[in-house]
Amino acid sequence: MVTTQSLTIRNRSASTETPPSIRKDLEVAKLLDVSKCIGCKACQSACMAWNDLRPEVSVNTGVYDNPNDLGPAAWTVMRFSEHEENDRLEWLIRKDGCMHCTDPGCLKACPSPGAIVQYANGIVDFVADKCIGCGYCVKGCPFDVPRISKVDNRAYKCSLCSDRVAVGQSPACAKSCPTGAIVFGSKESMIEHAKGRIEDLKSRGYQNAGLYDPEGVGGTHVMYVLQHADRPELYADLPKDPKISPLVSLWKGALKPLSMVGMGMAVLAGIFHFVSRGPNEVTEEDEENARNLPRRDA
Amino acid sequence: MTKIEKLAVVRDTYVRYNAAERINHWIVVICSLLLMLSGLAFFHPSFFWLTALFGGGQMARALHPWIGVVLAVAFTFMGVRFFRQNIWTKEDTRWMKHIGDVINHNEDKIPEAGRFNAAQKIVFYVMFWSVISLLLSGLALWHHYFGDMVPIDLQRFAGLVHAVMAAAMIITMIVHVYAAIWNSGSIRAMTRGPVTGGWLWKHHRKYLREEVSGRK
Repeated sequence: MVTTQSLTIRNRSASTETPPSIRKDLEVAKLLDVSKCIGCKACQSACMAWNDLRPEVSVNTGVYDNPNDLGPAAWTVMRFSEHEENDRLEWLIRKDGCMHCTDPGCLKACPSPGAIVQYANGIVDFVADKCIGCGYCVKGCPFDVPRISKVDNRAYKCSLCSDRVAVGQSPACAKSCPTGAIVFGSKESMIEHAKGRIEDLKSRGYQNAGLYDPEGVGGTHVMYVLQHADRPELYADLPKDPKISPLVSLWKGALKPLSMVGMGMAVLAGIFHFVSRGPNEVTEEDEENARNLPRRDA
Repeated sequence: MTKIEKLAVVRDTYVRYNAAERINHWIVVICSLLLMLSGLAFFHPSFFWLTALFGGGQMARALHPWIGVVLAVAFTFMGVRFFRQNIWTKEDTRWMKHIGDVINHNEDKIPEAGRFNAAQKIVFYVMFWSVISLLLSGLALWHHYFGDMVPIDLQRFAGLVHAVMAAAMIITMIVHVYAAIWNSGSIRAMTRGPVTGGWLWKHHRKYLREEVSGRK
């Protein structure tokens, strides 16, 4: 949402040149511990407050999810899943939102130069001012996160509070969480922190507890501690092995240079044919032959 | 003798494309050019500056699909207009085998062509399938209206199809435009209408024979 000049840019959408990248930044990460979440939605409120977002008041659809889905003005939503196992009901509450992939599909798909940037600290940010509203980021994203506003035709999503992070603050959601289910720090320290949590969960019988930091997208800068890391789909369809769709990779990858070469070759073939063979002109002999054809009225 | 000669000279230009066909063709041309310029801007970052021609990125994004709809309608009329004369025959297969002679101006070796030769028919078919697939994939990509209705994997597939078919269409357009420049007299046929008997003798002899003999 905001291009913060104090953050170094690592990647820039639709740009062929390397962005200024001489400074080495610390990679940050947000760790969401599902086992500690009580579903209070303080994070949603804090997100709205800090980012000045007012999503439309939604309707009750019989579940606790409110609003029902992410939106241009709802950058994070608690998703409530009920799961029964060993005669016990588990209420799995996942805070959904941008995962800030190391290999972001949205950035790869975006056609507008600089409308999506990835900072050296790992945050993927939308620069709404440069967004053209095409919706390609939606096709690129393996997590179904970006939403296009019908009001201004621009894409929005969680910025991981890049403006706060730039001045050394934690994201608003992490700041507001009453149980410590959201923690923020360097990616390294968050992985370390998660290890302790996973150990604790395993000691309490959650044999498959683990960290969700999917490799298919090069790891993420929002990670989950899951009680059932072997079945992430239990958590409101969190993808098991997310990666950029091969269709998008082909479209935004090999096809670009191939098409350009194809078009260039067609133009060159025309030029070379013209300078070698020249125009194909009608001669007086052709006219004569045409005149001499037997005619219906002759 | 003099009289016959005079008559022949008077009859010696033919309307290659009538006004309706020409207007139809140029609507398709204008739409295709605008679509190519805005489409290339979305396709490759090196061409993004082309959005300035449309009043910026948001404007180009908003206009592109509507121009596509106009193209699809205009091309439907053109398809109906030219469909019969573009039906592929055995003679076209024979003609294509002499494509080397066509390129190298060995006209005496090339089989006689009807109103459209085999290469022109191929252009027609590529355009026909391009417009259909670009229209369908374009609708699936039209996020403003259909973004919420189309399954995401279909949207991704549509993006790929749209880019592949657009590239095929652009390459065909380049070949088509060059063929018109190369074969003198073709551009006048599509801008003003008439061609000479000699032009038809050279390029569409079978068609000329049918025209002058009155057999179709």
